[in-house]
Amino acid sequence: MTSGWASLRRLAPAVFVLAATAIVTASAEIPLNERRSGYADLGRETKAMQDDDTANPGMLAVLDGEALWSAKAGSAGRSCADCHGDARTSMKGVAARYPAFDAKAGRPVNIEQRINLCRDERQQAKPFAYESRDMLALSAFVGLQSRGQPIAPPDDARLQPFRDAGRDTYNRRQGQLNLACGHCHDDNRGQRLAGIVIPQAHPTGYPLYRLEWQSVGSLQRRLRNCLIGMRAEHYAYGAPEYVELETYLMWRARGMPMETPAVRP
Amino acid sequence: MKFMLTALLANALMMTAAPAQDALHRFEVVGDAIPSSLTGAPGDPARGRAIVLKRENTCLLCHSGPFPDERFQGDLSPSLAGAGARWSEGQLRLRLVDASRLNPATIMPSYYRVDGLTRVAPAWRGKPILTAEQIEDVVAYLATLRE
Repeated sequence: MTSGWASLRRLAPAVFVLAATAIVTASAEIPLNERRSGYADLGRETKAMQDDDTANPGMLAVLDGEALWSAKAGSAGRSCADCHGDARTSMKGVAARYPAFDAKAGRPVNIEQRINLCRDERQQAKPFAYESRDMLALSAFVGLQSRGQPIAPPDDARLQPFRDAGRDTYNRRQGQLNLACGHCHDDNRGQRLAGIVIPQAHPTGYPLYRLEWQSVGSLQRRLRNCLIGMRAEHYAYGAPEYVELETYLMWRARGMPMETPAVRP
Repeated sequence: MKFMLTALLANALMMTAAPAQDALHRFEVVGDAIPSSLTGAPGDPARGRAIVLKRENTCLLCHSGPFPDERFQGDLSPSLAGAGARWSEGQLRLRLVDASRLNPATIMPSYYRVDGLTRVAPAWRGKPILTAEQIEDVVAYLATLRE
């Protein structure tokens, strides 16, 4: 590289452009009436698998969760049902409202964290590990009680900074590929990435059965997959960044019907 | 004033960027191109084609090209067909090395840059997506795509 003012002058615009790259945040949000669930892009057979409870592999997790709901746990010897009664009424619409603000934590908690708070505080039981069979089962069972209900993030001003942080993370370029979530899921939604339609990233059906996983998994597992694809450092399960992303994504999907347990490729 | 700010920013960036970027071959940008080979040697088009086709190199996630047997190609970005007619080798080289210099909003990763990135996973940290040799092979291959 030559030195001096002249070369700097020639270089400056390019470097300025580089600097701008770091600052630029993506992407116009998808207009509410253009939003679509990933379900809309499923093949006929995968749709049928989700629609038929006897064929939907996620329903096996739901059945396990139903058993856990009434099983006594922890040194309190108490089941979920002992406090909450019949989940079909008490849990209806609940998963559609999470993440919700937890005053004690001073931040939003997702439905898995809410379950573990109950285990700790009410049942005096050990927390379920993230992505464990029991956690997926109980959150799938609770999620099912909201199936068909519109996603309804709480109108709670305390959530706003966390939702904003989630939006910032969503729009921040990261990883070796230097992409933000919004580059694919907003700007290029419906286009084909290596031949596969890019969904709009509405978390309508978690936990869900993913054919690629051959198992049920949480939204955080899906987020981790995307980060690995971007060659970005992923977060530990339960990390504040994930919960903030969930808080933003659920708000972004507000009003869309819950599908838990969904099926996706 | 605007120029002064830009120049200051350029200085600051060059200073912070230098250590990481030092591991890479030096190159000179002229206009919208890098006229000279990163390695000083020409690339190999056959190797370049194999690099483009290999999924882990990410090209065909977004691009399609003249690969009738390749099922999984993207449509986020222009087809590679005719790239050699649209661009000179030097222009192709800069677009591979760091397309963001030409369009800060581009989704095209910078294939030969290790600075200015955020939260790169440990396995990839400090490494460019492609080596200088691979960049030259891909440039040589793309230059053959005349139609």
